[in-house]
Amino acid sequence: MLRVLALAVVVLLGIAPEPSQAISIYTGWERHALVGSDIRLSCSFFSWRFVSDDVSFTWIYRPDGSRETVSIAHYAGGEAYTDNKGRFKDRVEFVGNPKRRDGSILIKNLDFSDNGTFTCDAKNPPDIVGRPSSVRLLVFENLPIQAGVITGAIIGVVLGLLVLIVVIYYLMRFLVARRVFSLSVSKHGKKKKEGSQQRQLWTPPPLTCYPLP
Amino acid sequence: MLLILLGVLVFHLVVLILLIVSTASSTWTVDATGHTDLWYNCHSDPNGYKCLQASSEDWIQAVQALMILSVVFCFTSLIAFLYQLFRLVKGGHFYFTSIFQILASVFVMCGAIIYTVMRPDSDKDYGYAYVLAWVAFPLSLISGLCYLILRKKD
Repeated sequence: MLRVLALAVVVLLGIAPEPSQAISIYTGWERHALVGSDIRLSCSFFSWRFVSDDVSFTWIYRPDGSRETVSIAHYAGGEAYTDNKGRFKDRVEFVGNPKRRDGSILIKNLDFSDNGTFTCDAKNPPDIVGRPSSVRLLVFENLPIQAGVITGAIIGVVLGLLVLIVVIYYLMRFLVARRVFSLSVSKHGKKKKEGSQQRQLWTPPPLTCYPLP
Repeated sequence: MLLILLGVLVFHLVVLILLIVSTASSTWTVDATGHTDLWYNCHSDPNGYKCLQASSEDWIQAVQALMILSVVFCFTSLIAFLYQLFRLVKGGHFYFTSIFQILASVFVMCGAIIYTVMRPDSDKDYGYAYVLAWVAFPLSLISGLCYLILRKKD
């Protein structure tokens, strides 16, 4: 019986499929940047296997309002290749660490024409089945105030002040109660001193001992 | 006595409802095609009815914060009133309740004033939420002062 079981386990493990499993790619969702600044677009992936030597990253750019895509960066076989003809010529640099599953790129000197969607596609052979992930880049002249930041700040400050006032109120009440307590003790001490002075003028009565029964 | 108590409580609830409606309803400014502020700008085009988020300028966010704070303080004052009703010593004043209610009225006033001054479209009409905010301000002030003079008996 045990032998059959062991055989079955071995067989099952043997015929367990060893296919290429899915790879999950992660980038940000949206990035905001100022004109003229640099931005680092991060791309990482998750794969059940170790990072192979044939790992590859590809970055594809699609401008806002256009359907055409163009590749701007590619890493394969241990070499990084960047755009040397298009609009990102000499502006994009591969700064990721593929051995650590990081395929990030750095884009320098942003302009309004760089608004668009950047797609990262990573492959870790034999895990090649994956959905490329996209990050949207928005380039601003000055960064706008996000909705709700000031609202939250005002509400937080006012409620925080309220909590602080309540805490201080109860603390003061507690401290004043203590002070009242210590005041009465010092009064007691003064009374005692006066009492002892009085006693020095007054001879104590003789002690009488009663024998124990 | 019970009648006065009930009346004050109902008045407080009315003020709270006015504040909630004024804060949540996005109808501070209306025009022929839609309404806008504090949270959404909704307009009807020939294409359909579209709603966008209200502009995230700093003064609108300040008005949002003040209206939310006024609702929070009004609600807290209601809870404080119910608490002090059962726990206050005889002859005591509802100070906590009154302070919170007056603070709520101050916040509504500030919010309404900021909105009135900073509104860009001076040709559009004011919506009902704006009117409710201005109505809620004196009502909540009166409610707060009521609690100041109210005293707990038996």
